[in-house]
Order: sequence, then C-alpha cells, then structure tokens
Amino acid sequence: MAQALIDHAGPASLLAVGVPRATKRSDEPTTTTLVIENMHCGGCLKKVEAALSSVPGVNNARANLSTHRATVTHAGASTDVTALVEALQRAGFKAAELVGTETNDLAAADRDFVKRLAVAGFAAANIMLLSVSVWSGSQGDMPASLRGLFHWLSALIALPATVYAGQPFFRSAIAALKARRVNMDVPISLGVTLATGMSVYQTIRGSEQVYFDAAITLLFFLLIGRTLDMRMRVRAAGAAANLLGLRAQSALVLAADGTTSRMAARLLEPGMHVVTATGERFAADGKLLSGPTEIDASLISGETKPRVASAGDSIYAGTLNLGRPVTVETTAADERTLIAEIARLMQAAEQGRASYVRLADRAAGLYAPAVHALGLSTFLGWLALGYGWEAALTAAIAVLIITCPCALALAVPAVQVAATSRLFGKGVIVKAPDALERLAEVDTIVLDKTGTLTRGEPVLKDGGRVDDATLARAAALAVSSRHPYARAVVRAAAERRIPVSPSMEVLETSGFGLSRHSETGEERLGSARWCGVEDGGDISVWYRCGAAPAVPFEMTDTPREDAAAVIAALKSAGFAIEILSGDQPGEVERIAKLVGIASYAAGLMPAEKLARLSQLKAQGRKPLMIGDGLNDAPSLAGAHASMSPSSAADISQTAADAVFQGELLMPVLETIAVARSSRRMALENFAIALGYNVIFVPLAIVGVVTPLIAAIAMSGSSIAVTVNALRLRSRRLRLGAWRSKQ
Amino acid sequence: MTALAWLIPCALLLGGIGLAGFLWSLRNGQFDDLEGAGWRALDDDAPAAVEPVKKARPATQA
Repeated sequence: MAQALIDHAGPASLLAVGVPRATKRSDEPTTTTLVIENMHCGGCLKKVEAALSSVPGVNNARANLSTHRATVTHAGASTDVTALVEALQRAGFKAAELVGTETNDLAAADRDFVKRLAVAGFAAANIMLLSVSVWSGSQGDMPASLRGLFHWLSALIALPATVYAGQPFFRSAIAALKARRVNMDVPISLGVTLATGMSVYQTIRGSEQVYFDAAITLLFFLLIGRTLDMRMRVRAAGAAANLLGLRAQSALVLAADGTTSRMAARLLEPGMHVVTATGERFAADGKLLSGPTEIDASLISGETKPRVASAGDSIYAGTLNLGRPVTVETTAADERTLIAEIARLMQAAEQGRASYVRLADRAAGLYAPAVHALGLSTFLGWLALGYGWEAALTAAIAVLIITCPCALALAVPAVQVAATSRLFGKGVIVKAPDALERLAEVDTIVLDKTGTLTRGEPVLKDGGRVDDATLARAAALAVSSRHPYARAVVRAAAERRIPVSPSMEVLETSGFGLSRHSETGEERLGSARWCGVEDGGDISVWYRCGAAPAVPFEMTDTPREDAAAVIAALKSAGFAIEILSGDQPGEVERIAKLVGIASYAAGLMPAEKLARLSQLKAQGRKPLMIGDGLNDAPSLAGAHASMSPSSAADISQTAADAVFQGELLMPVLETIAVARSSRRMALENFAIALGYNVIFVPLAIVGVVTPLIAAIAMSGSSIAVTVNALRLRSRRLRLGAWRSKQ
Repeated sequence: MTALAWLIPCALLLGGIGLAGFLWSLRNGQFDDLEGAGWRALDDDAPAAVEPVKKARPATQA
C-alpha cells in the first residue's frame, strides 16, 4: 500500500503542493535556487536547463557547473519547486531546493574582495612603473622637476586606491583596537597609513624618497591572500549547503478529506498528518497515530537494534520506519524533547570553543608590540643622537614599512588555501576557518559507533550460514522491496556474485514481509512471525519455502571497510582512541574488538558523551570527536575539533568542523596529516618572514633603506611564503605508519 | 620629454579602461561559473541559449 501511495503522490503533488503556499505568493516572478547532484559536464548543463525550461511558468533557467546549482526564475503562483525537482528527476538528475542565503552573503563578500584586489593591482602596476623610472633616473640625469611630477602622479593614484583597497584592513584594525586587542591588521594599517602619509609629506617637500609603491604593493599582496582565503570559504560553505540541501526531505501529507500531497519537510506545520512509508525516514517530530511499527533510531541514539513503537508514542524526525506505513501527527517543537535538550547542550558546548585564538592572531600578539617598540626606539635613538625630528621620523617609518607583516599575514592564509583545496579534492569539506589549526593539535580521538565506525546500515552477518541457492531465492523476493533488510539481502547476493532475477508477483505485506507462490510452495521472507517461527530471538529476518524449516538471516552492522586499518594507523601515530556510543554494550564491544579499540563506553546519553569530552579536556587532552548521530551533535560542538561523515544528521554536519564524503574512514587520516603539515608550514613561513626582517630591519634602523630596498624586501618575502605554501598541494604526507597516496 | 605629457595620460587611460572592463564583467556575473562557461562555448545551438541569459541577470542579482 505504501508503494502505491508514493507512486500516486507524483502527479498529485503537481497540483496539490502549491496550495499551502499559494496564498502567500502572487504571480510576480520568483527566483529559486536548486542544488543538482550529478551535473558534471556541458551536456548535463544543457539537459538541466532544457528540463527546467519545459516546466510551465518558468521564465528562465540557468545552471552553474562550478557550484552545482541552478537558478530558476518563474511565476510564483503557477509553478512550484516540487514541479521543478520532478522535471529534473525525469531527466535523470537528483535535485533539491536550496534554502538559506548564507552562501550568497559570502559570495558577495568574495566579489567585494576581488574588486578591491583589481583596484590595488591597477594602482600597484602604475605606481611601480613610475617608481622604476624614478629609481633608474636617480643614477642618471633625471631633473628634480620631473621626479616631482612622477611623485605627484603616484600620489594621485595611490591615495584613492589605498583608501578603497585598504578598507577591510582598516575596519578590522579599528574593531580590534576597540575591543582592546591587537591583530595582524593593526600593524598593517599603521604601516600603510604612515607610509602613505609620510610619502605625501615628502612629495610636497619635493624630497627624493617616497614609499607609495611599497604601501600599495603591500595591500595588493595582502588582498591576494585574503581573496584566496575567502574563495575557499565560499567553496566550502557552498558545498556544505549543497550536501544538506540534497538531504532535505519531503513528506506525504494526508488532508482531512483523505487526499494526499507531497510537501517539503520544512514547510510542515504542527497538527498535520504525515504518512511515512516502510523504509522512509520520519520528516518531523510527532505522535504516532497508527501502529505498532518498528523504528530504527540509530541516527538519533546510535542504537542499532530496532525498537517497537505503538500508537501514541513520540517519534523523532530522522528515525527510520522499518515496519508498516504509519501516520504521524506532527507536533510543535517541545521544550522537553530530546531535540530541544540537544540544542541546549550544543549552545553551551559551542561557547567553550569560541575562546580559541588563531595562530596568526597569537603571532600578532607578540609581533605587533615588538614592531611598535622598535619603531619608537628608532625614533628616540635618532633624536638622542642629535638628528632632527624629520630624519628620526623617516627612519622610524622605514622600520615600520620593512617590518610591516606582509609575509606574516600571507603566511597562514596561503597555507590554509593550499591545505583546504587539497582536502577538498579528497572529499573533505573544511568548514570552520580555524578548523585546520585545531585539528593539528588533536591528541585523542573519540569516535561514535553507529554510522561512523560502522556503515550504519544492516548487513547479512556471516553469510556462510545461508547457502547460495537459498540466498538467490531470498534475494529474488527481496529485490522488489525498499525495506533496508531486503536491500541488505540483495547486497549480500551481489557480493557473492549470485545473479538475482526479480520474481514475478511478489506481495509485500507491510510490517511483516514478502511472499510469493512458486512450484515448491509459498515462499516467504520477513519477520519471525511471518515465517511461522515461534521464538525468533534476536534474529529479525527469516526465509521459508513451503514446509521446509525457516532459515535465519541474521542482520548486523559492520565496520566501514577500512575502519580497522585506519584505527591501526592512528594508534601507530600515537593517538589515544576511544568509542563513545549510545548503543547496547554487547554491540559496542563486538565492534570495538573488530576494529581494535580497547577503550569504549556504551549506552551513553548525549550529555554523558559531552561530559566525557569535558573530562578529557580537563586532563589537558585535545580530543577530536568524529560522529554522525544527532546524539553526537553536542559532543561535536564541544570537542577541540570535530568531523562528521556526509551521511550524518543535519545538526551534526552543521556542528562539525569538517565533513567527509564517501564510504571510507580514510579521509580522517588525510585530514589530520594535512592539518599537521599545514601547521608546520605556517611556522616555516613565519620563520621565512622573520628571516627577512632580521636582514632588513638593521638597515632600516640605521636609515639606509631606500624605497627600492623596501620594495624588494616586501615582494621577495611574500613570494617566498606563497611558493612554500603551494608545496603542500602535492606533498606526500605521513601519519604514523600511514602514507598518503598522492 | 614632451612625449611624457601625452604618453602618461594614455597609459593611465588604457589601464583604467582595463580596470573598468574587469569590474563590469565581475558585476555582470561573467566569472560566476568558469567551468560551465568553457562548456557553453562548445554549445552548437548557442543563440537560443544566449538570449534568455541577458534577461535573467537582473532578476538573479535582485
């Protein structure tokens, strides 16, 4: 019956889904952004646009291959998003509406940086052209009047360009000073402002040396770093939003008059009746109206064993309906529910992490006072030696220009961009800007079991006990069902390379199992009761053919393919590893032994997991939490660093610092290795930048730094740190016994 | 030296045109989808696809 309901929902929804929203919309053109999963080439691009344009009411459809999205302009009332999604589905694309504008804001900020970069680049190129003429002319016969003209021209270009291109740095520096802190932007702003200010003064005086080129080149280099950094963040945020958008659910709503319609889960309101089919996830929290049914709550609690829920019981969004199709009355978010409790725990946990100070800011904390003290003592020193205040000020400003942390401010962003783009290529999306730094410090790894260490889906346990012929017949029945257990049977057959031909006339009795009449009698695949077994024990799937005794199909959750290897590699790298699970002790012990983890705790509530992490932190450890369940969300927010698989609950993915895609656990190794290596490189870059200062600062203090020397020092150190950072892209990395393949 | 009187303004003007062109194309969304743009160049029935694009831009930006 459930299958029938779903099949009928397709065409019906075209008409019915618009109804709840129609009142809010007029016929004005509306713009909708869709996430499209499997769009990879120019052909797909055309197909997507053609499919979308063919939907009535669509004015324009434009697909974007870089972001895997499509923007559709359509008449609000006559077209609905569901129709667009279905049109794409018919064309063979998986799509979902994208909600939230966070990525748009980031993209706008990115464009803003590119604009400033362009202006700074234009100004830097032209001023450098004028400066080079002056430098080469100073050896020859350049008249002072022409030099003065060139300086005035430089000033004319430099002043507006500095004001515009330097804004992000000035704003950030002012904000930091207001909060009585020092960040990297304070010495940058001071250096740029003083250099430009003094150059204007020298130009008016007709002096020989001006530093416009140094100031604007500095801004240009710094903006390159910021723009790259921003671009990575836009890409990561976009990819994360796409992942969540594609997971967004729709729900089959049962109206009072018995008609059904499909609508997006986020539009559900309390009091609606939602039909959830076998093998479907519940779209919203609610109260069960029919039943009993079996529920898999592993995404919520980590527990793999299905539990029985009957009419009147509370159901959480995200749990999987294993039994018959049921109707749920949605309820409003309740302050006493598990979800609300998790939200409260997460809020409290996140506040702890906000106190983390980034590497660059820590460096700025040491560097800025040192630089300012050096500048001041140079000024006072020159005064004390009896030179005029002008000469003293010139020397002091030269010190500030030379020490201006161009390379230092590029050091960390350049490494981060190289590291995140390398990880992006491996399917790891690094979301938090300071995530890599925290990941590099991790010394303890805490894992969730269900869905993280394991695949989180049922698998036939030691298939050897079921012979090939039986498995083939069972799979022939199972192939027609969407039930997770049925799919597990089909997968087991495929793994043994048994060809599965779908049986005709298979009947699915929801909540019980599958049956079919054959020459040898009735075949049944399903629950113990369905196959006439008195005491099924722990085994939930049985197969029976005619009068022959029923065959048990024991289902279990197996570790990810490479879990044991990854754990062994982490151990060899010296990490302390433990499992914190919400599942039954027996099941946790079994998996812990399989993957080789000695320390584990079972049956934990979300608050208890968080408490264990706090305990580890109190011992001075820096735990990395890897989890996927809703019950892991507070721990993910509270750990020193966190990762979650892309199959995780929405809240957990949002809370995690990094999300990894795919069936394997290997990306965890890669991420930690890249994080550690990027920290090492950031420190190397600091050393390079300081090395330059050690050479040039003494020259500045004694007052022999010409604008030419300043320009060489500035560009030289910036290019050196960027080139060093780029090495990370193709470097072979090691973590204990593990080596990256690249 | 009198050549400088018109060479420098010329150089600045040309650079300025380049800058303005870049800023215009950025605002116009020319850099929004670099991957897709490469494929679109190979599209044979371009005229049909190009027309709606121009109309779409203001709507998407707003």
